[in-house]
This record gives sequence, structure tokens and C-alpha cells, in this order.
Amino acid sequence: MNNLDANRSYNPHAADAELYRQPTRLTGAETIWATMVGEGVRDVFGYPGGAILPAYDALHKFPIRHILVRHEQGAAHMADGYARASGKVGVAVATSGPGATNLVTGIATAMLDSVPMVCVTGQVSSKVLGTDAFQEVDITGITLPVTKHNFLVTRAEDIAAALREAFQIAKSGRPGPVLVDITKDAQQGSAVFDFAAAGPPPHRPHPMLGIDDGSMRDALELLRNAERPVILAGHGILHSGALAEMRALAERMQIPVACTLLGLTAFPASHPLNLGMMGMHGESWVNHAIQQADLLIACGMRFDDRVTGTLPTYAPRAKKIHIEIDPAEINKNVRIDVALVGDLKQVLEALLPEIENRDGSVWLEAISSMKGTAAVRDIQKLPDNGHLYAAHVINDLWRETEGDAIVVTDVGQHQMWEAQYYKHDRPRSLITSGGLGTMGFALPAAIGAKVACPDREVWVVAGDGGFQMTSPELATIAQEELDINIAIVNNGYLGMVRQWQEFFYDKNYESTPLRSPDFVKLADAHGIRGAHVRRRAEVIDAVGQARRHTGAFLIDFHVEQEDSVYPMIPSGSALHEMIRRPSGNPLVETATER
Amino acid sequence: MLHTFVVLVEDKPGVLSRVTSLFRRLNINIASLTVGSSETGGVSRMTIVAAAAEDRAHRIRASLYKLVEVLDIDDVGRQSAVVRELALLKVEAGPETRSDLFQLAEVFRARIVDLAPESLMLELTGSASKIEGLVQILLQSNYRILEMARTGRMAMRRGHHTSRVTDALSDAITPNELALANRRQHIAAGMIDEDDPK
Repeated sequence: MNNLDANRSYNPHAADAELYRQPTRLTGAETIWATMVGEGVRDVFGYPGGAILPAYDALHKFPIRHILVRHEQGAAHMADGYARASGKVGVAVATSGPGATNLVTGIATAMLDSVPMVCVTGQVSSKVLGTDAFQEVDITGITLPVTKHNFLVTRAEDIAAALREAFQIAKSGRPGPVLVDITKDAQQGSAVFDFAAAGPPPHRPHPMLGIDDGSMRDALELLRNAERPVILAGHGILHSGALAEMRALAERMQIPVACTLLGLTAFPASHPLNLGMMGMHGESWVNHAIQQADLLIACGMRFDDRVTGTLPTYAPRAKKIHIEIDPAEINKNVRIDVALVGDLKQVLEALLPEIENRDGSVWLEAISSMKGTAAVRDIQKLPDNGHLYAAHVINDLWRETEGDAIVVTDVGQHQMWEAQYYKHDRPRSLITSGGLGTMGFALPAAIGAKVACPDREVWVVAGDGGFQMTSPELATIAQEELDINIAIVNNGYLGMVRQWQEFFYDKNYESTPLRSPDFVKLADAHGIRGAHVRRRAEVIDAVGQARRHTGAFLIDFHVEQEDSVYPMIPSGSALHEMIRRPSGNPLVETATER
Repeated sequence: MLHTFVVLVEDKPGVLSRVTSLFRRLNINIASLTVGSSETGGVSRMTIVAAAAEDRAHRIRASLYKLVEVLDIDDVGRQSAVVRELALLKVEAGPETRSDLFQLAEVFRARIVDLAPESLMLELTGSASKIEGLVQILLQSNYRILEMARTGRMAMRRGHHTSRVTDALSDAITPNELALANRRQHIAAGMIDEDDPK
């Protein structure tokens, strides 16, 4: 290292590249942003405060867009939405104490769905660590079980290395959130910034990864001999970038594909081999196909309890191949016959040359016949009986946006209806909290998605309950002038909880009826246009109005209050033991365009 | 059943809590846990004994490896290994009972490491069952155990097997880098002075 240059101070007007060629003395605060810029960060979501103020003071010197949130939970969800929409690492920044604890729900959300994210928090000065100083909280302790890893940094010279390692950990292997807690004195101190030298040691892959020839042979043997195979497509396909390989496997062997909620955009909805979503609210034929299958090929999914039903009755006739990057997922819930533990894309690349074309028509026709009438009736052709169902809203939204929008949902009934009625053909076009099921996720995550993909049409689909958990982020949308459309599926209840009360608690609607503000007036207060929709005939007009309008637009859809999501597997039941929509109800369970 | 894991970890603050937090999360009780230095600088060696169903060993190992600072895990449960524990026992004993205790100590190959007018201290190394054997005899012979301290098990495989940590590390970090990293930590912890040339 050249010591003369090392004492230069950072000149923001000098060429950016210079900073990454020559070791340069920077403050800790400058180092935070310089490292991020070096890691390719262009946008961060955050909220300033005492212990992170030195960092904010230096922010203007760097080419980073900072989106000021209204609550730090929003910052975490935005970073999450940003990462899910773009595949890049999302970044959230908060101060110590309450700023840091407010991030926790968002961090846990990202952890459960394996989203690459880096959170930077300010911390009280290292001299007073552990003294219950003002706004001090042990955030590395608090987030230990909900982060992939975390760091406490107390010296300026350690900031760059910790941050660089954080980015590497966040995106390597099975991705996840990483938190870097930086004391105020570390930000105020200075050190020589040498980006290259601060690079992390090479990523050490999990030692239990590995595919031996035996397992590969066994997997091929099972594939060749299967008569009723089903591919289970999960989130890992998107993480691994294995979309083409997955598709090749399915097409070459004519294997039908069932998707998890987070895997819905990993395989085009309009593809003839795509069966749709499996699990608790999956279509009946998908779950029946899984139960009757003789081989399941699980790709980047983890047999979550929402997709298996009771374990002893799950796919009893099927051999199971599990292709998964996390060895801790193997045999966790479901007993596996062949485990291929590694990166999905690499595993499929190794498998594909050995795979020959196969005729799967007998099995595909058998599944088609299971669909019966449920799938062939077109929801558009149903006569208007004066009711507005959420299914109409989502179906029309799908048609009007030509299935091309990024839809960000909250959690509950509307989330399941979105998954059933909006047919996604583009990867990463559905952003939703699957594992943690975090209400309040949609609005901030949509902001993250829009910042990541400014040229894409972004729709929030949220319930009236979840929307109110993070609705102050409307002000963020207004301040940042983001063109985000918001559809509130408003049924006056905490709908999914009400549905459980209806089915399993004798319709005792305790604490689920919900009186909400006039959401259009709320939008108006933020300078955001809006409209109420109460009749089915108004849906398409309103959606069109929102799409034509430059800037954010909110539509409050007042839908049927006591509609339920069908089919439904009650928890504790087998995958094929579904509660079906009572006959006589005019609404079909699912509809596809024919 | 009892599982015994020998876990090599980077010697950094907070690693122990990450490891124990994982067992807590899996709702597995740790029977004993010892931590100390290993043959490699900057690397600590833990021996963790935990009660869990037989089929959970895979999940525990796989999950432990997901911790960034965990370098190597050896499930020594079924291997031929030397397993030892150290116990210190302070027993009430006046002049008239001492000689019996001396004999007992000899049988168990325990050492008398402290002698006071009304008590003596025994140091015993061996398998857990040997230590429990001595405790049982003492209690059955109506001796009063005033204090007992046990280290928990330490385990090492027999034969030429090595901990693989040196191999694992050599890909990632050179010994020199590791030494430097150690030194940085020691400075940070105030254990050595920054100007110390060492």
C-alpha cells in the first residue's frame, strides 16, 4: 500500500474510480457508503437518528439514492421488495435502539423467504456499549436467530471488510439477510479505505454440499421409470437462475409442474405443463396430482407445512428427489429418496444431458380430467349478480395489465386470490411474504420493487387490514413521486382470520370486523389520486384510470364481505382433503382463459 | 440418545452464543459444552454433548455448518474416541475419615489436591461413568460432598485422523492472515498493546 496516497482525503468531485484504485483515508461514515458503492449499491432505504447521523452526514458525497421511509419496518420491507424484484442485494439503514428493533419484522420476513439483504444500523459509541446508554439495544443479539449472520463493528478500519463480507454472505449459497451494527465512534473515526484489500475471503461452500455419482444415477433411474412424475417448483429456481434448465427438464420429459407460492413466477403460468399453485389453497387437481404421483422432483423448495398437509399422508405413493442448496432442508419434513444437495442450476445442467424425450400424455390427460369443470369456465362470462368478488378484481387486473405487472401482495385472503387468479408469466413478477406471512408487507415492498424496476408497472394488492399496518408509507410514495398503483381488496374483515373463524370456530367473529378510514380520502391527504369501486362493472374502468394516470393511484374495491378462499386444506388434514366451494355459489374456484 | 460433536470455530466474540442459540432454537438440551483452544491459532474447539433423537444429528450438523464462524464439525458419537471429563470434588472429612478417602481415591485414581482440617478435595479425570461411580460410592458411604465441579466431556478421535480444520482454512485464509486476525482481536480486546511488536 502506498502510504503517501493513503493520507489523501476523499474528494467527492474526483473521479469515482480513483477511490477504488488508490488506498484513501476516509472517515468510517464515508467508508460505509464508499463500500456500498463499490458493491454496486445505488439505492438504500432508511431513517436517520442519533447513532447513524455521522453516516447520513457523509451520504451526499456518494452516488446513492436514499429513500426516506416513515417507519424502519418499511425500510426493511422495501429493501426486501427491491431484492426480490431485481435479484440484487437490498439495503436498509436505521439508527440504534428503536430504529434497529423496528427493522426486526422485516429482517425475519427476508430470512424466512431467503432474500438477500444487508441492514446497517448505527450503534452507541463503543465506549458506552453495554451501559444501557440512550437508544442502546443489543441488536446483534436480538437479530441473531433471524439473520444469516451479523456483525458488530467498533472501529473505522473494520467497516469495509465487515460490509463486504456482509454482501457476500447475503447473496451466496442460500441467500438471506445480514445485519451490520456500526458504533458511532467507528463512523466518526477514520481509516485507510482500500476496497480490494477489504474483500472477503473466498466463499466457503457448505461442506455438506455435494452430489455423488450414485445419487445422480439413482435420480436418473427414478426419472426414467416414473409414470406419474410431478415437478415441485420453488423459490430456489429464481435464486439459482435455473428457469431455462427447469423448463427444459419439464418439456423434455413432459412433466407437469406444481408451484409453491414463492415459486409461482419461476415457471410461466401460461405454459401448458404448469398446473398452478399447490398446497393449502392450491387448486384441487394440483394437490390430487401430487397425492397420486409416483415421483416428486422438488426443485428449490422446502416442503413447508402449507404445501404438504399432514406429513404421514403426503404423496404416499411417490418417490422423492430433492434438489436443494441447503443441506439442513434435506429430510427435515419429508423423507427423501434421493437428495441432490447443490445449486439447482448446476445440478440440472448435470442432469439434462442424460435426459431423453419422453411421452407424458397419459399422465397429463389424467390430470386434465381431474380439473373437471373448475378450470374451464371463464369468470368473465359469469352473469353479473350484483356482487363484487375479489376474484373479479384480480381477474380483471390480470387481463387489463396483460399479466405483465409486478404485483406485490400483503398477507391473507387477497394474497391467495392473487395467487389463484393472476397468471404470472414473467419471473419475479409476484412479490409476497410467504414464510413469515407478514401483514403490512405489500406497500413498502412495492416501493422497493418500483425503485428497483422503475420502468415496470407495479401494483399493490392488499387487504384493508394489512394495508393499515404500514399505510404511512403512502407519504414515502408521495415524497418520492413513485408511480405505484394500489388495489385494496376491502371486505371489512380481517378476512383470512374470519374465514378460519367461520370454518373452525363456529362463526364466532371475535375481533375480526374492521372499520377502516376512507382510503380514497387517505390517499387524497397524501396528494394521491383514488377511486372507490363497489360494482363489478366499474372494475375495468378504474384499473384503466389508474394505469393511465401518471403517479400513484389507489382503488378501494369494496368486495363481498364474507367470501372465502377455496379450496382449503384445514391444517391437520391430508393434501387431498380439501374444503370445496359450496355448490350453488356462482363463483368458480379458479378460472383460466379458454 | 446423547450426541457428541466436536466443533471447530473461529475464536471471535459471540460465536458461543450463536452455537448455543442454534440448540435452543431446535429445542435441544445441551448436556455439556466445553470450549478451549485447538491446535490452530485463532480456532477454538468445542465439545458439545446434547440429548436428541438419533435422526437429528444430520440436521444439527447441517445447521451448525450454516453458522459463518463454524469451520468443522465431527460427529464423534459412533467413532472410536477418547472421551474425558475432569471433576473436582470437595468432601467433608475430618482426621478419622481421611484415610478411608485416601484409599477410595487410589482405587479411582483420583488425586488429593487440597487438604483442610475438615475437608479435602479430589481431582478425578476419566469417563463420565467413572466420575459418577465415585460420586455414588461417596454418597452411599455417607460422605458429604460440599462442592462438585465437572468440566463436561472432551472428545478426540483415536488414530491419525485430524480435525481437517487446517485444510479447510488453508483454502480460505493463510496462517499469516489468521495470525494477523488474531492479533487484531487481541488488540481490540485489550489483551495486547497495539505497539507490542510480537
